[in-house]
Amino acid sequence: MHPAFSVIFLTTLIGVGQGLFLALVTGESYAAVNLLPQQSSREFYAVGALLAMLFLIGGLIASIFHLGHPERGWRAATRWRTSWLSREVIVLPLMMGLVFLYGVVHFFDWHPDLFGVGTRNQLTLVIGAIGTVVAFALFVSTGMVYASIKFLQEWASPLTVVNYILLGGASGFTFATAFVAYNAPDLVTFYGTWAIIITFAALVGRVGSLFRNARIKRHSNIQSAIGVRHPRIQQKAMGFMGGSYNTREYHHGKGISALKSVRWTFLILTFVVPLLLLWIGIAGNGTILLAAFGVQYVGLLFERWFFLAQANHPQNLYYQTI
Amino acid sequence: MTQLALVIDLNVCVGCHACVTSCKEWNTSGQAGPMFDDNPYGQDPTGTFFNRVQTYEIGEFPNTETVHFPKSCLHCEDAPCVPVCPTGASFKRTEDGIVLVDYDKCIGCKYCSWACPYGAREFDEQQKVMKKCTLCVDRIYDQSLPPAERRPACVMSCPTSARLFGDVHDPDSEVSIAIRERGGYQLMPEWGTKPANHYLPRRKTRKVIHEDELVRSDNPLRKEEIESEHSRAPTLDDWLM
Repeated sequence: MHPAFSVIFLTTLIGVGQGLFLALVTGESYAAVNLLPQQSSREFYAVGALLAMLFLIGGLIASIFHLGHPERGWRAATRWRTSWLSREVIVLPLMMGLVFLYGVVHFFDWHPDLFGVGTRNQLTLVIGAIGTVVAFALFVSTGMVYASIKFLQEWASPLTVVNYILLGGASGFTFATAFVAYNAPDLVTFYGTWAIIITFAALVGRVGSLFRNARIKRHSNIQSAIGVRHPRIQQKAMGFMGGSYNTREYHHGKGISALKSVRWTFLILTFVVPLLLLWIGIAGNGTILLAAFGVQYVGLLFERWFFLAQANHPQNLYYQTI
Repeated sequence: MTQLALVIDLNVCVGCHACVTSCKEWNTSGQAGPMFDDNPYGQDPTGTFFNRVQTYEIGEFPNTETVHFPKSCLHCEDAPCVPVCPTGASFKRTEDGIVLVDYDKCIGCKYCSWACPYGAREFDEQQKVMKKCTLCVDRIYDQSLPPAERRPACVMSCPTSARLFGDVHDPDSEVSIAIRERGGYQLMPEWGTKPANHYLPRRKTRKVIHEDELVRSDNPLRKEEIESEHSRAPTLDDWLM
Protein backbone atom coordinates (compact mmCIF):
# COMPACT_ATOMS: atom_id res chain seq x y z
CA MET A 1 0.00 0.00 0.00
CA HIS A 2 0.99 3.62 -0.41
CA PRO A 3 1.66 5.00 3.09
CA ALA A 4 -0.20 8.25 3.75
CA PHE A 5 1.59 10.60 6.14
CA SER A 6 -1.73 11.60 7.69
CA VAL A 7 -2.27 7.98 8.77
CA ILE A 8 1.34 7.63 9.98
CA PHE A 9 1.06 10.71 12.21
CA LEU A 10 -2.49 9.89 13.37
CA THR A 11 -1.66 6.37 14.57
CA THR A 12 1.71 7.23 16.14
CA LEU A 13 0.55 10.42 17.89
CA ILE A 14 -2.60 8.96 19.41
CA GLY A 15 -0.50 5.93 20.43
CA VAL A 16 1.79 8.21 22.49
CA GLY A 17 -1.25 10.01 23.94
CA GLN A 18 -2.95 6.79 24.99
CA GLY A 19 0.29 5.31 26.33
CA LEU A 20 1.03 8.45 28.34
CA PHE A 21 -2.48 8.41 29.82
CA LEU A 22 -2.08 4.74 30.74
CA ALA A 23 1.28 5.59 32.33
CA LEU A 24 -0.30 8.35 34.45
CA VAL A 25 -3.12 6.09 35.62
CA THR A 26 -0.63 3.29 36.36
CA GLY A 27 1.44 5.63 38.52
CA GLU A 28 -1.66 6.95 40.25
CA SER A 29 -2.95 3.47 41.10
CA TYR A 30 0.46 2.44 42.48
CA ALA A 31 0.42 5.63 44.60
CA ALA A 32 -3.10 4.83 45.81
CA VAL A 33 -1.82 1.69 47.51
CA ASN A 34 1.34 3.48 48.72
CA LEU A 35 3.74 1.65 46.43
CA LEU A 36 4.84 5.00 45.01
CA PRO A 37 5.02 8.44 46.58
CA GLN A 38 1.87 10.54 46.04
CA GLN A 39 2.27 13.25 43.39
CA SER A 40 0.79 16.70 43.16
CA SER A 41 -2.53 16.72 41.33
CA ARG A 42 -1.99 19.99 39.53
CA GLU A 43 1.74 19.90 38.70
CA PHE A 44 1.99 16.22 37.88
CA TYR A 45 -1.29 14.66 36.75
CA ALA A 46 -2.96 17.73 35.24
CA VAL A 47 0.18 18.65 33.27
CA GLY A 48 0.59 15.01 32.19
CA ALA A 49 -3.04 14.86 31.05
CA LEU A 50 -2.54 18.11 29.12
CA LEU A 51 0.47 16.61 27.32
CA ALA A 52 -1.50 13.42 26.53
CA MET A 53 -4.31 15.64 25.24
CA LEU A 54 -1.88 17.51 22.96
CA PHE A 55 -0.71 14.23 21.41
CA LEU A 56 -4.33 13.13 20.86
CA ILE A 57 -5.25 16.49 19.33
CA GLY A 58 -2.20 16.25 17.08
CA GLY A 59 -3.40 12.86 15.90
CA LEU A 60 -6.90 14.16 15.29
CA ILE A 61 -5.55 17.06 13.21
CA ALA A 62 -3.40 14.64 11.19
CA SER A 63 -6.44 12.47 10.49
CA ILE A 64 -8.29 15.44 8.98
CA PHE A 65 -5.68 15.60 6.21
CA HIS A 66 -6.54 12.04 5.24
CA LEU A 67 -10.15 12.84 4.38
CA GLY A 68 -11.41 14.18 1.09
CA HIS A 69 -14.36 15.78 2.89
CA PRO A 70 -13.47 16.40 6.56
CA GLU A 71 -16.60 18.57 6.93
CA ARG A 72 -18.63 15.37 6.62
CA GLY A 73 -16.45 13.59 9.16
CA TRP A 74 -19.29 13.39 11.70
CA ARG A 75 -21.02 10.92 9.40
CA ALA A 76 -18.19 8.47 10.10
CA ALA A 77 -19.68 7.74 13.52
CA THR A 78 -22.82 6.18 12.03
CA ARG A 79 -21.72 2.70 10.95
CA TRP A 80 -20.18 1.46 14.19
CA ARG A 81 -22.09 -1.82 13.88
CA THR A 82 -19.99 -3.01 10.95
CA SER A 83 -17.00 -0.72 10.48
CA TRP A 84 -13.91 -0.66 12.72
CA LEU A 85 -13.05 2.73 11.27
CA SER A 86 -16.39 4.03 12.51
CA ARG A 87 -15.69 2.54 15.95
CA GLU A 88 -12.31 4.28 16.00
CA VAL A 89 -14.01 7.55 15.07
CA ILE A 90 -16.33 7.15 18.09
CA VAL A 91 -13.73 5.98 20.59
CA LEU A 92 -11.11 8.66 19.80
CA PRO A 93 -13.26 11.63 20.94
CA LEU A 94 -14.40 9.54 23.91
CA MET A 95 -10.76 9.02 24.84
CA MET A 96 -10.08 12.74 24.48
CA GLY A 97 -13.08 13.56 26.62
CA LEU A 98 -11.92 11.26 29.41
CA VAL A 99 -8.35 12.59 29.31
CA PHE A 100 -9.79 16.10 29.48
CA LEU A 101 -12.03 15.18 32.42
CA TYR A 102 -9.13 13.44 34.18
CA GLY A 103 -6.95 16.52 33.72
CA VAL A 104 -9.65 18.98 34.82
CA VAL A 105 -10.49 17.04 38.02
CA HIS A 106 -6.78 16.91 38.86
CA PHE A 107 -6.29 20.57 37.97
CA PHE A 108 -8.98 21.68 40.41
CA ASP A 109 -7.66 19.15 42.92
CA TRP A 110 -11.17 17.80 43.33
CA HIS A 111 -10.99 14.63 45.38
CA PRO A 112 -14.37 13.81 46.96
CA ASP A 113 -14.60 10.78 49.25
CA LEU A 114 -16.78 8.71 46.88
CA PHE A 115 -16.53 5.36 48.60
CA GLY A 116 -16.07 6.54 52.18
CA VAL A 117 -12.60 5.03 52.56
CA GLY A 118 -10.88 8.35 53.27
CA THR A 119 -8.14 8.12 50.63
CA ARG A 120 -7.32 10.70 47.99
CA ASN A 121 -7.76 10.44 44.19
CA GLN A 122 -10.90 8.27 44.30
CA LEU A 123 -12.76 10.15 41.54
CA THR A 124 -9.67 10.40 39.30
CA LEU A 125 -8.96 6.69 39.76
CA VAL A 126 -12.52 5.92 38.61
CA ILE A 127 -12.07 8.18 35.56
CA GLY A 128 -8.66 6.59 35.05
CA ALA A 129 -10.11 3.08 35.14
CA ILE A 130 -12.79 3.98 32.58
CA GLY A 131 -10.12 5.77 30.53
CA THR A 132 -7.91 2.68 30.62
CA VAL A 133 -10.70 0.55 29.15
CA VAL A 134 -11.35 3.21 26.50
CA ALA A 135 -7.61 3.53 25.71
CA PHE A 136 -7.42 -0.20 25.08
CA ALA A 137 -10.64 -0.02 23.04
CA LEU A 138 -9.01 2.68 20.93
CA PHE A 139 -5.86 0.60 20.44
CA VAL A 140 -8.01 -2.37 19.41
CA SER A 141 -10.10 -0.22 17.05
CA THR A 142 -7.02 1.30 15.42
CA GLY A 143 -5.41 -2.11 15.05
CA MET A 144 -8.60 -3.75 13.77
CA VAL A 145 -9.01 -1.08 11.06
CA TYR A 146 -6.03 -2.84 9.49
CA ALA A 147 -6.36 -6.36 10.86
CA SER A 148 -9.98 -6.72 9.70
CA ILE A 149 -9.17 -6.43 5.98
CA LYS A 150 -8.56 -10.05 5.08
CA PHE A 151 -7.26 -9.19 1.61
CA LEU A 152 -4.20 -7.48 3.07
CA GLN A 153 -2.63 -10.60 4.51
CA GLU A 154 0.29 -8.77 6.16
CA TRP A 155 -2.25 -6.91 8.32
CA ALA A 156 -4.86 -9.62 8.84
CA SER A 157 -3.33 -11.00 12.01
CA PRO A 158 -3.88 -10.62 15.78
CA LEU A 159 -0.24 -9.45 15.93
CA THR A 160 -1.34 -6.20 14.27
CA VAL A 161 -3.58 -5.33 17.22
CA VAL A 162 -1.02 -6.53 19.77
CA ASN A 163 1.68 -4.40 18.17
CA TYR A 164 -0.50 -1.27 18.12
CA ILE A 165 -1.04 -1.72 21.87
CA LEU A 166 2.63 -2.45 22.62
CA LEU A 167 4.13 0.25 20.38
CA GLY A 168 1.70 2.88 21.65
CA GLY A 169 2.33 1.79 25.22
CA ALA A 170 6.13 1.80 24.74
CA SER A 171 6.22 5.32 23.31
CA GLY A 172 3.79 6.58 25.98
CA PHE A 173 5.80 5.12 28.84
CA THR A 174 9.09 6.37 27.36
CA PHE A 175 7.60 9.85 27.16
CA ALA A 176 6.30 9.49 30.73
CA THR A 177 9.84 8.56 31.88
CA ALA A 178 11.24 11.73 30.35
CA PHE A 179 8.33 13.71 31.83
CA VAL A 180 8.92 12.48 35.39
CA ALA A 181 12.68 13.11 35.06
CA TYR A 182 11.82 16.82 35.05
CA ASN A 183 8.70 16.70 37.20
CA ALA A 184 9.00 13.90 39.78
CA PRO A 185 12.55 12.45 39.74
CA ASP A 186 11.76 9.74 42.31
CA LEU A 187 9.48 8.04 39.75
CA VAL A 188 12.12 7.73 36.99
CA THR A 189 13.13 4.19 37.96
CA PHE A 190 9.49 3.03 38.02
CA TYR A 191 8.52 4.52 34.65
CA GLY A 192 11.91 3.76 33.09
CA THR A 193 11.66 0.09 34.03
CA TRP A 194 8.17 -0.18 32.58
CA ALA A 195 9.25 1.70 29.43
CA ILE A 196 12.10 -0.80 28.95
CA ILE A 197 9.80 -3.80 29.57
CA ILE A 198 7.09 -2.58 27.16
CA THR A 199 9.62 -1.51 24.51
CA PHE A 200 11.20 -4.95 24.71
CA ALA A 201 7.78 -6.64 24.49
CA ALA A 202 7.00 -4.46 21.47
CA LEU A 203 10.28 -5.55 19.89
CA VAL A 204 9.30 -9.19 20.34
CA GLY A 205 5.82 -8.55 18.89
CA ARG A 206 7.09 -6.56 15.93
CA VAL A 207 9.85 -9.01 15.06
CA GLY A 208 7.22 -11.75 15.38
CA SER A 209 5.04 -10.04 12.79
CA LEU A 210 8.07 -9.52 10.52
CA PHE A 211 8.76 -13.26 10.68
CA ARG A 212 5.11 -14.05 10.03
CA ASN A 213 4.92 -11.69 7.08
CA ALA A 214 8.06 -13.11 5.53
CA ARG A 215 6.33 -16.48 5.30
CA ILE A 216 2.91 -15.50 3.99
CA LYS A 217 1.27 -17.86 1.54
CA ARG A 218 -0.75 -15.76 -0.88
CA HIS A 219 -4.40 -16.70 -1.32
CA SER A 220 -4.69 -15.06 -4.73
CA ASN A 221 -2.57 -15.43 -7.81
CA ILE A 222 -2.78 -14.31 -11.42
CA GLN A 223 -4.64 -17.53 -12.27
CA SER A 224 -7.49 -16.88 -9.86
CA ALA A 225 -7.43 -13.16 -10.68
CA ILE A 226 -8.42 -13.66 -14.32
CA GLY A 227 -9.76 -17.19 -13.95
CA VAL A 228 -7.45 -18.92 -16.42
CA ARG A 229 -5.85 -22.18 -15.29
CA HIS A 230 -2.45 -22.04 -16.92
CA PRO A 231 0.91 -21.98 -15.13
CA ARG A 232 2.31 -19.31 -17.43
CA ILE A 233 0.29 -16.10 -17.64
CA GLN A 234 1.84 -12.73 -18.40
CA GLN A 235 0.14 -9.39 -18.39
CA LYS A 236 0.83 -7.49 -21.60
CA ALA A 237 -1.23 -4.35 -20.96
CA MET A 238 -3.12 -2.93 -17.96
CA GLY A 239 -5.32 -0.87 -20.25
CA PHE A 240 -3.74 2.56 -19.81
CA MET A 241 -0.32 4.20 -19.73
CA GLY A 242 -0.68 7.33 -17.60
CA GLY A 243 -1.25 5.67 -14.23
CA SER A 244 -4.43 5.67 -12.19
CA TYR A 245 -5.69 5.38 -8.65
CA ASN A 246 -4.96 1.66 -8.93
CA THR A 247 -1.27 2.24 -9.61
CA ARG A 248 -0.88 5.07 -7.07
CA GLU A 249 -2.79 3.93 -3.97
CA TYR A 250 -1.81 0.29 -3.70
CA HIS A 251 1.97 0.43 -4.00
CA HIS A 252 4.60 2.36 -2.07
CA GLY A 253 6.52 3.07 -5.26
CA LYS A 254 9.93 2.28 -3.76
CA GLY A 255 12.34 -0.52 -4.49
CA ILE A 256 12.85 -3.61 -2.38
CA SER A 257 16.17 -2.23 -1.05
CA ALA A 258 14.49 0.95 0.19
CA LEU A 259 11.93 -1.19 2.02
CA LYS A 260 14.68 -3.25 3.62
CA SER A 261 16.64 -0.18 4.76
CA VAL A 262 13.46 1.31 6.29
CA ARG A 263 12.94 -1.96 8.15
CA TRP A 264 16.44 -1.85 9.68
CA THR A 265 16.05 1.86 10.41
CA PHE A 266 12.86 1.37 12.37
CA LEU A 267 14.20 -1.65 14.24
CA ILE A 268 17.21 0.37 15.40
CA LEU A 269 15.42 3.66 16.07
CA THR A 270 12.27 2.29 17.72
CA PHE A 271 13.85 -0.40 19.84
CA VAL A 272 17.65 -0.64 20.06
CA VAL A 273 18.60 3.03 20.56
CA PRO A 274 15.71 3.88 22.97
CA LEU A 275 16.43 0.78 25.05
CA LEU A 276 20.08 1.86 25.37
CA LEU A 277 19.15 5.47 26.13
CA LEU A 278 16.53 4.39 28.70
CA TRP A 279 19.11 2.16 30.36
CA ILE A 280 21.62 5.03 30.54
CA GLY A 281 19.08 7.70 31.43
CA ILE A 282 17.25 5.74 34.11
CA ALA A 283 19.74 7.27 36.58
CA GLY A 284 17.72 10.47 36.16
CA ASN A 285 19.19 12.30 33.17
CA GLY A 286 16.18 14.09 31.63
CA THR A 287 17.96 15.08 28.42
CA ILE A 288 18.92 11.49 27.60
CA LEU A 289 15.39 10.28 28.41
CA LEU A 290 13.87 12.97 26.21
CA ALA A 291 16.27 11.90 23.46
CA ALA A 292 15.10 8.31 24.00
CA PHE A 293 11.53 9.38 23.33
CA GLY A 294 12.51 11.55 20.34
CA VAL A 295 14.46 8.73 18.72
CA GLN A 296 11.69 6.24 19.43
CA TYR A 297 9.03 8.51 17.94
CA VAL A 298 11.07 9.02 14.75
CA GLY A 299 11.56 5.25 14.69
CA LEU A 300 7.79 4.78 15.00
CA LEU A 301 7.25 7.01 11.96
CA PHE A 302 9.54 4.66 10.01
CA GLU A 303 7.81 1.65 11.58
CA ARG A 304 4.35 2.86 10.54
CA TRP A 305 5.57 3.71 7.03
CA PHE A 306 6.95 0.20 6.74
CA PHE A 307 3.79 -1.36 8.20
CA LEU A 308 1.64 0.39 5.59
CA ALA A 309 4.06 -0.11 2.70
CA GLN A 310 4.66 -3.78 3.35
CA ALA A 311 1.04 -4.80 2.82
CA ASN A 312 0.60 -6.27 -0.63
CA HIS A 313 -2.88 -5.77 -2.07
CA PRO A 314 -4.25 -8.52 -4.34
CA GLN A 315 -5.46 -5.89 -6.82
CA ASN A 316 -1.79 -5.37 -7.77
CA LEU A 317 -2.08 -8.66 -9.67
CA TYR A 318 -4.06 -6.72 -12.27
CA TYR A 319 -1.46 -3.97 -12.58
CA GLN A 320 1.86 -5.63 -13.37
CA THR A 321 2.74 -4.15 -16.77
CA ILE A 322 1.84 -0.86 -18.41
CA MET B 1 -34.33 -11.30 -5.28
CA THR B 2 -32.86 -9.56 -8.27
CA GLN B 3 -29.11 -9.34 -8.77
CA LEU B 4 -28.22 -7.40 -11.88
CA ALA B 5 -24.80 -8.18 -13.30
CA LEU B 6 -22.64 -8.36 -16.38
CA VAL B 7 -21.46 -11.55 -17.98
CA ILE B 8 -18.35 -11.02 -20.08
CA ASP B 9 -17.49 -13.49 -22.80
CA LEU B 10 -13.70 -13.67 -23.03
CA ASN B 11 -14.08 -15.86 -26.09
CA VAL B 12 -15.34 -13.02 -28.22
CA CYS B 13 -13.84 -9.91 -26.57
CA VAL B 14 -11.41 -8.42 -29.10
CA GLY B 15 -9.95 -5.81 -26.75
CA CYS B 16 -11.18 -2.76 -28.67
CA HIS B 17 -11.79 -0.62 -25.54
CA ALA B 18 -15.17 0.55 -26.87
CA CYS B 19 -16.74 -0.33 -23.51
CA VAL B 20 -14.07 1.77 -21.74
CA THR B 21 -14.75 4.90 -23.76
CA SER B 22 -18.53 4.55 -23.82
CA CYS B 23 -18.52 4.00 -20.04
CA LYS B 24 -16.43 7.11 -19.56
CA GLU B 25 -18.63 9.11 -21.96
CA TRP B 26 -21.91 8.11 -20.33
CA ASN B 27 -20.80 8.45 -16.74
CA THR B 28 -18.86 11.68 -17.16
CA SER B 29 -21.97 13.31 -18.66
CA GLY B 30 -24.30 12.03 -15.99
CA GLN B 31 -26.16 13.75 -13.19
CA ALA B 32 -23.50 12.74 -10.65
CA GLY B 33 -21.00 15.14 -12.21
CA PRO B 34 -17.96 14.62 -14.41
CA MET B 35 -15.32 11.97 -13.84
CA PHE B 36 -12.18 13.98 -13.28
CA ASP B 37 -9.31 13.90 -15.77
CA ASP B 38 -5.96 15.31 -14.71
CA ASN B 39 -3.73 16.69 -17.44
CA PRO B 40 -5.72 14.90 -20.18
CA TYR B 41 -3.77 16.35 -23.12
CA GLY B 42 -0.38 16.81 -21.46
CA GLN B 43 2.34 14.60 -20.15
CA ASP B 44 1.32 11.80 -17.78
CA PRO B 45 -2.45 12.07 -18.25
CA THR B 46 -4.53 10.32 -15.62
CA GLY B 47 -8.17 10.16 -14.76
CA THR B 48 -11.12 8.36 -13.24
CA PHE B 49 -12.43 5.29 -15.06
CA PHE B 50 -14.99 2.67 -14.05
CA ASN B 51 -14.03 0.10 -16.64
CA ARG B 52 -10.75 -1.02 -18.18
CA VAL B 53 -9.69 -3.63 -20.70
CA GLN B 54 -6.48 -5.46 -19.96
CA THR B 55 -4.51 -7.90 -22.05
CA TYR B 56 -2.85 -11.12 -20.96
CA GLU B 57 -0.74 -13.66 -22.76
CA ILE B 58 -1.38 -17.26 -21.79
CA GLY B 59 1.25 -19.92 -22.48
CA GLU B 60 4.71 -19.80 -23.97
CA PHE B 61 5.63 -18.89 -27.53
CA PRO B 62 4.64 -20.29 -29.99
CA ASN B 63 1.75 -21.86 -28.07
CA THR B 64 0.30 -18.61 -26.82
CA GLU B 65 -3.13 -17.18 -26.65
CA THR B 66 -4.05 -13.56 -26.09
CA VAL B 67 -6.88 -12.86 -23.69
CA HIS B 68 -8.47 -9.44 -23.51
CA PHE B 69 -9.92 -8.98 -20.09
CA PRO B 70 -12.42 -6.20 -19.30
CA LYS B 71 -12.57 -5.37 -15.59
CA SER B 72 -15.08 -3.23 -13.72
CA CYS B 73 -16.90 -3.49 -10.39
CA LEU B 74 -18.20 -7.04 -9.99
CA HIS B 75 -21.14 -6.01 -7.75
CA CYS B 76 -20.30 -8.77 -5.25
CA GLU B 77 -23.22 -10.43 -3.51
CA ASP B 78 -21.19 -10.33 -0.29
CA ALA B 79 -19.50 -7.01 -1.05
CA PRO B 80 -16.56 -6.49 1.35
CA CYS B 81 -16.40 -2.76 0.53
CA VAL B 82 -19.85 -2.05 2.01
CA PRO B 83 -19.56 -2.98 5.74
CA VAL B 84 -16.19 -1.20 6.15
CA CYS B 85 -17.60 2.18 5.08
CA PRO B 86 -17.81 4.32 8.25
CA THR B 87 -20.55 6.60 6.91
CA GLY B 88 -22.84 4.24 5.02
CA ALA B 89 -22.03 6.06 1.77
CA SER B 90 -21.11 2.74 0.23
CA PHE B 91 -24.18 0.54 -0.04
CA LYS B 92 -25.70 -2.38 -1.89
CA ARG B 93 -29.22 -1.90 -3.20
CA THR B 94 -31.61 -4.56 -1.96
CA GLU B 95 -33.92 -4.27 -4.97
CA ASP B 96 -31.35 -5.08 -7.68
CA GLY B 97 -28.02 -5.79 -5.92
CA ILE B 98 -26.14 -2.87 -7.46
CA VAL B 99 -23.28 -1.61 -5.25
CA LEU B 100 -23.27 2.20 -5.24
CA VAL B 101 -21.57 5.13 -3.50
CA ASP B 102 -23.60 8.07 -2.23
CA TYR B 103 -21.27 10.90 -3.29
CA ASP B 104 -22.96 13.27 -0.84
CA LYS B 105 -22.18 11.06 2.15
CA CYS B 106 -18.67 9.88 1.16
CA ILE B 107 -15.93 11.47 3.28
CA GLY B 108 -13.17 10.28 0.95
CA CYS B 109 -11.29 8.14 3.49
CA LYS B 110 -10.51 5.52 0.79
CA TYR B 111 -11.05 2.67 3.27
CA CYS B 112 -13.53 0.89 0.94
CA SER B 113 -10.93 0.75 -1.82
CA TRP B 114 -8.58 -1.09 0.52
CA ALA B 115 -11.32 -3.62 1.18
CA CYS B 116 -11.89 -4.44 -2.51
CA PRO B 117 -9.56 -7.23 -3.69
CA TYR B 118 -10.29 -6.40 -7.34
CA GLY B 119 -9.26 -2.74 -7.31
CA ALA B 120 -12.65 -1.80 -8.71
CA ARG B 121 -12.97 1.56 -6.97
CA GLU B 122 -11.39 4.82 -8.06
CA PHE B 123 -10.96 7.99 -6.08
CA ASP B 124 -12.03 11.15 -7.89
CA GLU B 125 -9.24 13.64 -7.17
CA GLN B 126 -11.45 16.64 -7.88
CA GLN B 127 -14.70 15.71 -6.16
CA LYS B 128 -12.67 13.99 -3.39
CA VAL B 129 -15.06 11.06 -3.20
CA MET B 130 -14.80 7.38 -4.07
CA LYS B 131 -16.42 6.37 -7.36
CA LYS B 132 -17.19 3.11 -9.05
CA CYS B 133 -19.20 1.38 -11.75
CA THR B 134 -22.91 2.07 -11.23
CA LEU B 135 -24.04 -0.54 -13.76
CA CYS B 136 -25.49 2.59 -15.45
CA VAL B 137 -28.23 2.78 -12.83
CA ASP B 138 -29.24 6.15 -14.34
CA ARG B 139 -29.80 4.47 -17.70
CA ILE B 140 -31.24 1.00 -17.13
CA TYR B 141 -34.38 2.35 -15.42
CA ASP B 142 -34.83 5.40 -17.68
CA GLN B 143 -38.40 5.13 -18.96
CA SER B 144 -37.72 7.77 -21.63
CA LEU B 145 -35.35 5.39 -23.40
CA PRO B 146 -36.63 2.62 -25.69
CA PRO B 147 -36.57 -0.73 -23.80
CA ALA B 148 -33.71 -2.03 -25.96
CA GLU B 149 -31.52 0.85 -24.81
CA ARG B 150 -32.16 0.36 -21.09
CA ARG B 151 -28.83 -1.40 -20.76
CA PRO B 152 -25.43 -0.27 -19.47
CA ALA B 153 -23.41 1.89 -21.86
CA CYS B 154 -20.62 -0.70 -22.08
CA VAL B 155 -23.09 -3.41 -23.12
CA MET B 156 -24.65 -1.13 -25.75
CA SER B 157 -21.29 -0.30 -27.28
CA CYS B 158 -19.71 -3.76 -27.47
CA PRO B 159 -19.30 -4.57 -31.19
CA THR B 160 -18.92 -8.31 -30.61
CA SER B 161 -21.67 -8.69 -27.98
CA ALA B 162 -19.08 -9.90 -25.51
CA ARG B 163 -20.99 -8.24 -22.69
CA LEU B 164 -24.33 -9.60 -21.53
CA PHE B 165 -26.48 -7.85 -18.95
CA GLY B 166 -29.27 -9.24 -16.81
CA ASP B 167 -30.45 -10.78 -13.57
CA VAL B 168 -28.17 -13.62 -12.48
CA HIS B 169 -30.74 -14.76 -9.90
CA ASP B 170 -33.38 -15.45 -12.55
CA PRO B 171 -32.56 -18.97 -13.81
CA ASP B 172 -34.19 -18.27 -17.18
CA SER B 173 -32.40 -15.02 -17.93
CA GLU B 174 -29.92 -14.76 -20.80
CA VAL B 175 -27.04 -14.27 -18.35
CA SER B 176 -27.98 -17.22 -16.14
CA ILE B 177 -28.25 -19.52 -19.15
CA ALA B 178 -24.88 -18.28 -20.42
CA ILE B 179 -23.25 -18.89 -17.03
CA ARG B 180 -24.83 -22.33 -16.74
CA GLU B 181 -24.26 -23.61 -20.25
CA ARG B 182 -20.98 -21.93 -21.13
CA GLY B 183 -18.94 -22.43 -17.97
CA GLY B 184 -19.34 -18.98 -16.42
CA TYR B 185 -16.96 -18.34 -13.52
CA GLN B 186 -16.17 -15.70 -10.88
CA LEU B 187 -12.90 -13.86 -10.20
CA MET B 188 -10.90 -14.69 -7.07
CA PRO B 189 -13.51 -17.07 -5.64
CA GLU B 190 -11.10 -17.78 -2.74
CA TRP B 191 -12.19 -14.64 -0.89
CA GLY B 192 -15.86 -15.57 -0.66
CA THR B 193 -17.02 -12.23 -2.04
CA LYS B 194 -19.38 -13.98 -4.47
CA PRO B 195 -19.01 -11.56 -7.40
CA ALA B 196 -22.24 -11.13 -9.34
CA ASN B 197 -20.38 -10.47 -12.59
CA HIS B 198 -19.24 -13.64 -14.30
CA TYR B 199 -16.78 -14.38 -17.08
CA LEU B 200 -17.21 -16.92 -19.85
CA PRO B 201 -13.99 -18.77 -20.66
CA ARG B 202 -12.16 -19.04 -23.97
CA ARG B 203 -13.39 -21.99 -26.03
CA LYS B 204 -11.83 -23.98 -28.86
CA THR B 205 -14.10 -24.52 -31.86
CA ARG B 206 -12.98 -27.75 -33.51
CA LYS B 207 -14.60 -29.62 -36.46
CA VAL B 208 -14.10 -33.35 -36.42
CA ILE B 209 -14.16 -34.94 -39.93
CA HIS B 210 -14.49 -38.69 -40.12
CA GLU B 211 -13.04 -40.85 -42.93
CA ASP B 212 -16.40 -41.74 -44.49
CA GLU B 213 -17.34 -38.07 -44.73
CA LEU B 214 -14.52 -37.60 -47.27
CA VAL B 215 -16.18 -40.05 -49.68
CA ARG B 216 -19.80 -39.34 -50.60
CA SER B 217 -21.85 -42.29 -49.52
CA ASP B 218 -24.28 -41.78 -52.36
CA ASN B 219 -21.28 -42.11 -54.69
CA PRO B 220 -22.09 -39.90 -57.66
CA LEU B 221 -19.04 -41.20 -59.50
CA ARG B 222 -20.87 -44.29 -60.76
CA LYS B 223 -23.83 -42.27 -62.01
CA GLU B 224 -21.47 -40.12 -64.01
CA GLU B 225 -19.79 -43.27 -65.35
CA ILE B 226 -16.39 -42.27 -64.16
CA GLU B 227 -14.33 -45.27 -63.25
CA SER B 228 -12.52 -45.12 -59.96
CA GLU B 229 -11.67 -47.17 -56.92
CA HIS B 230 -15.07 -46.48 -55.39
CA SER B 231 -17.30 -46.56 -58.45
CA ARG B 232 -18.40 -50.16 -57.86
CA ALA B 233 -19.50 -49.47 -54.30
CA PRO B 234 -23.24 -49.38 -53.59
CA THR B 235 -24.94 -46.01 -53.67
CA LEU B 236 -27.87 -44.67 -51.71
CA ASP B 237 -30.00 -45.29 -54.78
CA ASP B 238 -29.18 -49.02 -54.58
CA TRP B 239 -30.74 -49.17 -51.13
CA LEU B 240 -33.76 -47.09 -51.96
CA MET B 241 -34.69 -48.70 -55.26
